[in-house]
Amino acid sequence: MVAKLTVALQDDGPFRLDVQLSCATGEILALVGPSGSGKSRVLRSIAGLYRPKRGEIINGDEVWYDPAKAVNLTPQQRRVGIVFQNYALFPHLSAIKNVMEALGDRPPSERRARAGELLDLVNLGGLENRNPAELSGGQQQRVAVARALARDPNVLLLDEPFSAVDKATRQRLYRELADLRRQIRMPVVLVTHDLDEAAMLADRLCILHRGRTLQEGPPFDVMTRPATPEIARLVELKNTFEGRVLEHQAGNDRTFFGWGPYTLETTYQPNFPEGSCVTWTIPNARVIIHRPDRPSRGERENPVSGIIMEFVPLGDWTSVAIAVDGLSDSPLFMTVPTHVAHRNDLATGKRINASLLAKGIHLMPLSHEDEA
Amino acid sequence: MNWPSLILSLKLAVWTMVVLLPIGIVLSRQLAWRRFPAKGLVEAALALPLVLPPTVLGFYILITLGGGSPIGQFYDAVLGRSLVFSFDGLLVASVLFNLPFMVLPMRRAFESIPPEVREAAACCGMSAGRILWRIELPLAWPGILSALVLTFAHTIGEFGVVLMVGGNIPGETETIAIAIYDRVQAFDNAAAGLMSAVLLIVALAAIGITYAATSSVGRRNI
Repeated sequence: MVAKLTVALQDDGPFRLDVQLSCATGEILALVGPSGSGKSRVLRSIAGLYRPKRGEIINGDEVWYDPAKAVNLTPQQRRVGIVFQNYALFPHLSAIKNVMEALGDRPPSERRARAGELLDLVNLGGLENRNPAELSGGQQQRVAVARALARDPNVLLLDEPFSAVDKATRQRLYRELADLRRQIRMPVVLVTHDLDEAAMLADRLCILHRGRTLQEGPPFDVMTRPATPEIARLVELKNTFEGRVLEHQAGNDRTFFGWGPYTLETTYQPNFPEGSCVTWTIPNARVIIHRPDRPSRGERENPVSGIIMEFVPLGDWTSVAIAVDGLSDSPLFMTVPTHVAHRNDLATGKRINASLLAKGIHLMPLSHEDEA
Repeated sequence: MNWPSLILSLKLAVWTMVVLLPIGIVLSRQLAWRRFPAKGLVEAALALPLVLPPTVLGFYILITLGGGSPIGQFYDAVLGRSLVFSFDGLLVASVLFNLPFMVLPMRRAFESIPPEVREAAACCGMSAGRILWRIELPLAWPGILSALVLTFAHTIGEFGVVLMVGGNIPGETETIAIAIYDRVQAFDNAAAGLMSAVLLIVALAAIGITYAATSSVGRRNI
């Protein structure tokens, strides 16, 4: 089966929508964006619960939505499984009856057994006869997943399904979703505003902002190589600065650029002509600390020094902001393991030497946000 | 005790509920979930019987349905009898008069169903009819029950409209509320008292049933 979901949606007006995305069978696509970016509207359009002005939704070789050709399949005809943010369980029906309602295609004699199997699949065996109000948030979410899977849907849609449960439950549900996906074969679209969640669960990530899809790709690529400064901001790359390209050395696979008084090197990125201004970014984790007791080759790579202006331990990791010498108005952020921070005696006000790993530096055009 | 009047009132109340229930379900769902042009106008028209003096409403119904009106003439031509001063006329008036009592509680009940629950039902492949039967009605039924009880109690107690449209024909259009008035006018306080007591018990029973039913639903959904 090579069914693939392709979606193109456009809406005008204050709630503009301009979305292109696709999701292959067996793939999890995370749709990520801040609140109000139109994520849920995209999901509802796929389900047939919202009709954008223009666009096309095709699943495999079946056209679900094409207003130009007056095609608009109902949610019933599309066979999508959807898990809503608040689960939207039928409050007056028990867990098993919630699932059985989605098994209307099957002979009545088979429904109870199949619903039981689905509840077992999501580890809810034994709680079949409880009403939603008697289940915890995580259990309700599992009923919703079982109900969504009951129709053998063409597409599984998850609308922020982990936002209403506590952290421990969420971690468990992540693992369960990872297990579950090995057993189901369909495109899965996951809407979330949590980048870590998207990076953990999804095969591909699609960034949505103000109703527009900005970039789509593997999570690591999108989160370390954003196409624009706007996306860099959306994927929370704090280290985003401006610089000027100085020289390309194709043979050495190197591009040199100036950042204040520093000349930094990165991998060969010839799209930006020498002399042009660029925005550049580096993930916090690609800024590494120099250890006075054990010098390493990395110290020759883009060394910078400065004063620690902010030191925030966050459990196992510590966030450090450095006022770089000569560039005190643009702090450089790095994340170090807390034990490393202690061993190196890091603290606010202390001097620190660090390297920016050349491979981690990514160049982008200057910000165009004002035009957007 | 004027048994024919009590039976007539009960019959009128039951028929009003039977006619209004489907109308109310259709109207209240539309008002709860749809946006359409002139929605405000429809809402105002529905609420009008709440504020209009019953005699005024009765007067307009009498004029609209009377023998001189097109509706009255059509009815006479088809069924060979007058619409006003008959049980049929009473029923029409009662249905109109009770519209807000049926629609408003039901509308609130349907409004309280989260839209996602209905959307989830559609995504489960349930047909519109099945969603109504399996999801909407069970979730809205305390409101529907309240609407039925209000309509019932209101029909039993209605005086002005019934008197205007039905006249006061014993056995035909003399409801129990009118009969009580009649007995009081004739200084027959014993009969009036008995009939009033019966109405009081009916009203208490109706309210009791509603409270019992809705509170048990409340416990179930918490």
